[in-house]
Amino acid sequence: MKFDTPATTNPIDQLKVVGKPTNRIDGPLKTTGTAPYAYERHDVAANQAYGYVVGSAIAKGRIASMNLKVAEAAPGVLAIVTAANAGKLGKGDFNTAKLLGGPAVDHYHQAIALVVAESFEQARAAAALVRVEYERGKGNFDLAKSLDGAIKPAPSFGTEADSAVGNFAGAFAGAPVQVDARYFTPDHAHAMMEPHASIAAWEGDKLTLWTSNQMIAWSVGDMAKTLGIPKENVRLDSPYVGGGFGGKLFIRADAVLAALGAKAAKRPVKVALPRAFMFNNTPHRPATIQRIRLGATAEGKITAIGHESWSGDLPGGGPETAVGQTRLLYAGENRMTAMRLAVLDLPEGNAMRAPGEAPGLMALEIAVDELAEKLGMDPVALRILNDTQVDPEKPKRRFSQRQLNKCLQIGADKFGWAKRSAKPAQVRDGRWLVGMGVAAAFRNNINGPSAARVRLDKSGVVTVETDMTDIGTGTYTIIAQTAAEMMGLQLDKVVVKLGDSAFPVSAGSGGQWGANSSTAGVFAACVKLREAVAQKLGMNPADAAFADGKVRSGGRSAALGEAAADGEIVAEDKMEYGDLEKAYQQSTFGAHYVEVAVDAMTGEIRIRRMLAVCAAGRILNPKAARSQVIGAMTMGAGAALMEELAVDKRFGFFVNHDLAGYEVPVHADIPHQEVIFLDETDPTTSPMKAKGVGELGICGVAAAVANAVYNATGVRVRNYPITLDKLLGQLPDIA
Amino acid sequence: MKSFTYERVATPAAATAAFARAPGARFIAGGTNLLDLMKLEIETPAHLIDVSRLSLDKIEKTGDGGLRIGAMVRNTDLASDARVRKDYGLLSRALVAGASGQLRNKATTAGNLLQRTRCPYFYDTNQPCNKRRPGSGCAAIGGFNRIHAVVGASEACIATHPSDMAVAMRALDAVVETVDAAGKARAIPLATFYRAPGTTPHLETVLAPGELITAVTLPKPVGGTHIYHKVRDRASYAFALISVGAIVQKDGSGRVALGGVGYQPWRVEAAEAELPRGAKAAADGLLAGAKTTHENAYKLPLVERTLAGVLAEARG
Ligand SMILES: Cc1cc2nc3c(=O)[nH]c(=O)nc-3n(C[C@H](O)[C@H](O)[C@H](O)COP(=O)(O)OP(=O)(O)OC[C@H]3O[C@@H](n4cnc5c(N)ncnc54)[C@H](O)[C@@H]3O)c2cc1C
Ligand code: SF4
Repeated sequence: MKFDTPATTNPIDQLKVVGKPTNRIDGPLKTTGTAPYAYERHDVAANQAYGYVVGSAIAKGRIASMNLKVAEAAPGVLAIVTAANAGKLGKGDFNTAKLLGGPAVDHYHQAIALVVAESFEQARAAAALVRVEYERGKGNFDLAKSLDGAIKPAPSFGTEADSAVGNFAGAFAGAPVQVDARYFTPDHAHAMMEPHASIAAWEGDKLTLWTSNQMIAWSVGDMAKTLGIPKENVRLDSPYVGGGFGGKLFIRADAVLAALGAKAAKRPVKVALPRAFMFNNTPHRPATIQRIRLGATAEGKITAIGHESWSGDLPGGGPETAVGQTRLLYAGENRMTAMRLAVLDLPEGNAMRAPGEAPGLMALEIAVDELAEKLGMDPVALRILNDTQVDPEKPKRRFSQRQLNKCLQIGADKFGWAKRSAKPAQVRDGRWLVGMGVAAAFRNNINGPSAARVRLDKSGVVTVETDMTDIGTGTYTIIAQTAAEMMGLQLDKVVVKLGDSAFPVSAGSGGQWGANSSTAGVFAACVKLREAVAQKLGMNPADAAFADGKVRSGGRSAALGEAAADGEIVAEDKMEYGDLEKAYQQSTFGAHYVEVAVDAMTGEIRIRRMLAVCAAGRILNPKAARSQVIGAMTMGAGAALMEELAVDKRFGFFVNHDLAGYEVPVHADIPHQEVIFLDETDPTTSPMKAKGVGELGICGVAAAVANAVYNATGVRVRNYPITLDKLLGQLPDIA
Repeated sequence: MKSFTYERVATPAAATAAFARAPGARFIAGGTNLLDLMKLEIETPAHLIDVSRLSLDKIEKTGDGGLRIGAMVRNTDLASDARVRKDYGLLSRALVAGASGQLRNKATTAGNLLQRTRCPYFYDTNQPCNKRRPGSGCAAIGGFNRIHAVVGASEACIATHPSDMAVAMRALDAVVETVDAAGKARAIPLATFYRAPGTTPHLETVLAPGELITAVTLPKPVGGTHIYHKVRDRASYAFALISVGAIVQKDGSGRVALGGVGYQPWRVEAAEAELPRGAKAAADGLLAGAKTTHENAYKLPLVERTLAGVLAEARG
C-alpha cells in the first residue's frame, strides 16, 4: 500500500482497541522471567559451547604478537578465533571499526579474539591466558584539543553539515540582546540492562543467529557482508530485547564472533559481552562542544540564531548531529548551523536515543533560558513568542501539526509555573534551595517502509508476523491492538510474532519511527486480509464491517473464522510512503517542567517533580507511551545530573566501564513524574495518524533540569553533567 | 576467574588451621566483594575458606557496657539491632547508607572492613595499578581521579577506602578482634588497623596472612546526636564522594570521622577540639596537609560545608 495523500477516515478511527491504555501482552513473560532473551535460548540448538571475548588492552596501535598456546591447552577449550585465523572478513555498512580487530587495533576493548570452551567459566579463564604483546600507537583522545583540525563532514542520514539563511553575522551583531555561550555534553553510554548477546549455529553454509537486535534486516545484511556470505544464508531471530536505546541497531562483536566461533568449534556457540565491554567495545553517544549565539529584539523576537557543534569519531565515522533541531525549532530570519567532526581514537560513536536531538537541546534550551533572563522575559512566554508554524529554513513547508505552544501553556498551568520566582536563588525550604525550569521537547517524525503478514485461522485467531522488534517499548501490544481494531477482534484473538528475519521486513526499532511505521505495515496487511475474507465469504469488500469477531455485509453476518473454514487465509503487504514527509515537516513536540532542590551546603541536587506535556499524533497505547516518556525523562535526568563516560586522555578509553562507575538514576532520584498527551491525530504520517514518543521524551529534559538548578541557585552550569562540584564554589557562604 | 578449591569450616580454629595448610588462601564471608574481584582476576586465590557460617554472628553486651559484634553479623542485622539503633545510631545510619538491601543482607562486618577500593583503574587489569600489581605504577594519578583521596595518599596510590560502616566505627572507637594461625588473639583499635599506602599500597591492613577477624567491639555508648551525611552523585546505591559521620554533644563538643577522603576512615582527634568553634576550624584540622588532584579539589570545601550542615542539624 502506498501512503501518499493524507489519511481520511479508516477502521483505526473507531478506537475500540487502539488508543486504549493497554497492559503489555508480553508483560507476564517479562515479570515472571520467562521471556526468552538471546543468551538464555538453551532450547534452540543442542550442544551449545561458550565463547568469551578478549578485548584490546590498548586504544591504538598494533598487536605485535599473540600467544595462544597456554590458552589453547587450558581445560575445556575448543577453539580460539583471531583475525589471523578467521579468514577474510568484511565490515558491515553500519559499523565504523572492525568487529574483530588485529593486527591493527582501532580502539580500546576492540575484540581481538574469542575463546570457545565447554563452559562459560572455562572460556573466561582461558581468555585471561591469551598473551598479547602490543606496539602502542599515538592516538587522539581529546575533543577539546581537536577543534582546529575538525572537518566538515559529509551529509549523514540526509542531514547536511551546514545550513545558512539570511545574514546571521550581521543580524547577530546588530541584535540589542545577545547570548553567546559554549556548552559541553559528555560521552554517554546506552547502559541497557541486557548486554549484547548471540547464539550462532551453522547448518552447512546457513547461519542462524539468535540475538538481541533492533534492526533485523540491516543486521542480516551486515552479517552477510562481514562474513562474505549471501544474505539468504543468514537468519536472525530477536523476539525479545532487554533494552537497546540505539546500541543494538547494528550487529556487534558478539554476533560476528559467535558465528566465527561456531564455525571453528563446529557446534553452536553463545557469546555475551561482559558488562565492562559494554562501554568501550560497543558504540556510545559522542561528546559535543557546542557554541550557540542568539540575537533578539528588546521585545524578545529572535532575529539571529546560530548553532555550531563539534564532535569526534573514529576515521570513517560521523558527527553527532546536534544542530539539527535548531534548524526547525524557533522562528528567526537569520540563521546558521554547522557541524564539525574531529578524528578521535576513542571507541566509535553512534546513535543513542534521540541522537543529535538530545545533546543539541541540552545546549539550545539552556541558551533560550539565558536569553529569557537577559530580556527579563518569562522563558515560557519567550518560546511561545518565537513559535513558527513553518520550517524556518524553507518557509513554504508547513509543520503538519505543531502544538508546542499548547504543550507549554498546559504544562505551565498544571505545574504551577506561575509560582516560580523569576529571580534565581530566592526560594528556600529549610536547607534546600528550590527552583523550577522549563524546556521545549522536539523530535522529528520519521516513517519507514514496513511489511507484515497476517494469517487468519478457522477459530478466528489472527496471527501477525513481521521482523519488527520490541525493545521493551510495547510493540507487541500496539501491533496486536492494530490488528484487533482492523479485524474487529478482541486483543486475545491476536497473536503477534516478531523479530525473525524469516518474516516480512519491517521498519525496525530506532529513531522513534517504530510505532507508527510498523503498525502502518500491519494496517496495510490487514486491509488485504479484510478483502480476502470478504471475498471468501462472498461479501462486498467495500461495505463489509468487521466487529465483535464477525463480518457483516448486505444483511448477512458470519463469524470471522468461517472465512478460514477450509484453510488459513494469509495476506501480506507493505506500507510505503510518498512525499508527504517532504511536503510537510512532521515532528513531535513537548514541554518539560522540572522542580529541583539543591542542598545549600553540599550542592547535592535532587529532582522533586517532573512533568512532560507531549503532542505526538495519535497515542496508540497511552499506558505504553507513558512508560516510554517517563523512561526517557529518567534518562534525561541521568544526562542532566550524573551520566558521563570519563575519558582517560592518556590511554584513550572510558574509565568508568561498569554500572558502579557509570551512574544512571535509581528510584530515589526520580520521585514524581507526570505525563500528559494532547489529544491529537496527524493524518499526514500514516493511516494510523500516529508518531513516535520514545525519543521525544528525552529531548529537552536535561536542559529543564539545568534551568531549574539555575533558578534554584543562580549558578549557570553549561558543562554536563551538573554535579555538585560544579556548584560548590558559587553556593551561598556557610554561616 | 581462575579455578580454585573450596572448603567450609565450622570454627575459627578450623579456619586458621585451614589457612596454615593452604597459605595464599582467602577467607570468604558474604562474598559480595571477593567474588567480583575473582571474576575479574584482580584476586586469584587458589583456595577459599568459607567462614560465613561460623557462629560469629551474635551481637552481645561486653563487660564494660559496650557491644561485641561478631565478625559474621550481616550488615542488615547490625543496622537493625535495637541496641545499635538506640546507642550507636551513627553505625546504623552509616550502614543503611551503603550498598543496597540485597547486598547488606549478604555483607558481613569483617568483609565490610576489608572491602577493597573502588578506584576504577584497580578494576581494569589492563591498567597500571600499584595496589593490584605492585610496581606497575598508578594510573589514577594524572588520570580520572575525581573520587580519589585528598589526605594520607602517597605517590604510589591515591585510592580511598569505600566503607561507610568503617567511618561510623572509627568515630565510635571500635576495636577489631582477631585470632591468628597460632591461635593467638589480639585486639587492634580501628585507628591503627589500616596501613597508609606509602610505597606498598597493596598492603592495606596490619592483619597478618591468615589472621581471622572474629569480632568488632564498641566501647560503652557516648550519647550525643548521631548524624551520618553521605554525599554522592545520585540519591542512593552509590559510593560516597565524601561522608561525614559525627557525634555531637549538647555543649558543641563531639567527634567526627570522614569517609571518601583517604585510605582509611579519617579521624583526627586533635581537630575535634575545634568543633565548638565551627566547621571551618574543625575541617582545617581534619584536612591538614591535604593534597588534591586536578579533579578532586572540590572535596575540601565539600567536607567543610557538609560538616557545617551536620553541625547545624545537630544544633536542631
Ligand atoms: C554494587 C555494590 C555497591 C556497594 N555499595 C557500598 C556502599 O555504598 N558503601 C559501602 O560501605 N559498601 C558498599 N559495597 C561494599 C559492600 O559493603 C562489601 O562488598 C561488603 O561489605 C563485603 O562483605 P562480605 O562479607 O561480602 O565480604 P567478602 O567479599 O566475603 O570478603 C571481603 C574481604 O574480606 C575478607 N574476609 C571476610 N571475612 C573475613 C574474616 N572474618 N577475617 C578476615 N578476613 C575476612 C575476605 O577474604 C575478602 O578479602 C557495595 C558493594 C557492591 C557490590
Ligand atoms: S590509586 Fe591506587 S588503586 Fe588506583 S590505580 Fe593508583 S595504585 Fe591503583
